[in-house]
Amino acid sequence: MSKLTPAIEIEDLWFSYDKTPVLKEVSFTLEQGNYMAILGPNGGGKTTLLRLMLGILKPDRGTIRVLGLMPKEARDRLGYVPQSTEINLSFPISVFDLVLTGRLSRSRIGRRYTSTDRGKVETILEKVGMLKYRHWPIGQLSGGQRQRIFIARALATEPSILFLDEPTASVDPEFEVGLYEFLEELNREVTIVIITHDVGVISRHVKSVACVNRTLIFHGAAKITQEMVDMAYHCPVDLVAHGIPHRVLPEHEE
Amino acid sequence: MAGVLVSVACGVVGTLVVVNRIVFVSGGIAHAAYGGIGLALFTGLPPTLGAGIFSVGASLIMGAVSLRSRHRTDTVIGVVWAVGMAIGVVLVDLSPGYHVDLMSYLFGSILAVPKSDLWFMLPLDLVIVFTVLIFFKEFLAISYDEEFALVRGIPVNALYMALFCMIGFSVVMIIRIVGLILVIALLSIPPYIAEKFTSSLGTMMVLSTLFGILFTILGLWISFSFNLTSGAAIILVAGAAFFLSLAVERIGGSGLRQNVEEYTR
Repeated sequence: MSKLTPAIEIEDLWFSYDKTPVLKEVSFTLEQGNYMAILGPNGGGKTTLLRLMLGILKPDRGTIRVLGLMPKEARDRLGYVPQSTEINLSFPISVFDLVLTGRLSRSRIGRRYTSTDRGKVETILEKVGMLKYRHWPIGQLSGGQRQRIFIARALATEPSILFLDEPTASVDPEFEVGLYEFLEELNREVTIVIITHDVGVISRHVKSVACVNRTLIFHGAAKITQEMVDMAYHCPVDLVAHGIPHRVLPEHEE
Repeated sequence: MAGVLVSVACGVVGTLVVVNRIVFVSGGIAHAAYGGIGLALFTGLPPTLGAGIFSVGASLIMGAVSLRSRHRTDTVIGVVWAVGMAIGVVLVDLSPGYHVDLMSYLFGSILAVPKSDLWFMLPLDLVIVFTVLIFFKEFLAISYDEEFALVRGIPVNALYMALFCMIGFSVVMIIRIVGLILVIALLSIPPYIAEKFTSSLGTMMVLSTLFGILFTILGLWISFSFNLTSGAAIILVAGAAFFLSLAVERIGGSGLRQNVEEYTR
């Protein structure tokens, strides 16, 4: 696919669960190679938007194109790190086998994993620093370690776009720093879309920001405007607490 | 022989049932199968065939419902469970004659399994084993993280329906051994114990098959020696093993974990 095809192209997207509207009039275009953060309050529709882009949910109205294709058609080229890694902790599966499921695809159903698959998984485990845990059952890892495994699983799909849903929600700060450095390096080859609460991180690493609260405001540059803050949060304290050294934000009165 | 065949089905399907947390789905299917037994009595079909039709039918209904509205699955299980049972009871009432044989469907009678039934169990077993062998990594993926499997383009719904069908098949077989009331135990206890010894789904299937065989043989021996109902004896053996495994876990709980840590060091 040429570099000219946008990674994500959304036009006038509407979505509701049953009768409750969640997203409306969402439109934006994200170029390949971008690194976009999605900000917004809880229940604002961030995860829903992600699930729409992955083709897990279908929009009520509007179009989504991922790499120029319908989300379902583009799935083979999308990596996904879900929000919760707490699922199925007692499941009898080893780290290696779990990451190996990232090598699954529609075209290879019913066939065995090849040695290429195994080799790739080992390389990726090495990359996220988890190779020595490859025989461990998943339930015995710490939250941060599990997060790495889920990222490894997403990378094993060799994605063109990597989606992450609050990957630092339950991990230690040390891992957080490492993760963002890792993602920045990864971004040289892969488009990244990340949902996060951490505004501080955004200013240092990402290339563009989208604020989602029912609708979406897209900013090509990683600038956080007052408008976005007002929409995303109801109080600027959130921002100040996280600390953004290079930007001075205007106070706003409640 | 029948015990071995059934244990294979139990080990493989039971493992998937346990890790997917749908033990009570299989209970529901088993009880709904009683409707099929009633139908068979009423129409003169072979009871196993009747039970088979009903249990696969019930599996498909539950599969369809649980895919569509997951948070109401338990209600549907309850309804199918009771309605299937009720159909059976009514049809038996309507059938002429005296049905001493019915007890064997409720509580099983492995010794009364005719040769012809073996010939129908064997292909079912083969179907189950081959389906799981071929689609093993897909089943593993949907059982662990359905959403991720979906994003990978795996036909999650089709595989779930296949799983429910296989549950239906196994239930029919297990009914012959321990009866429909006790199906849940044979489907869930061996995998549950096996899960403690392994962190691989494949090993879990093999181990629980072996446990199933062991429980069946021990149970049969006990039922012979003390002249007890074979199905109940098998389940009691399995149940004893279940509580024993809990006790062992309590006492030596960290043993397994330490082994793993040493292994990786």
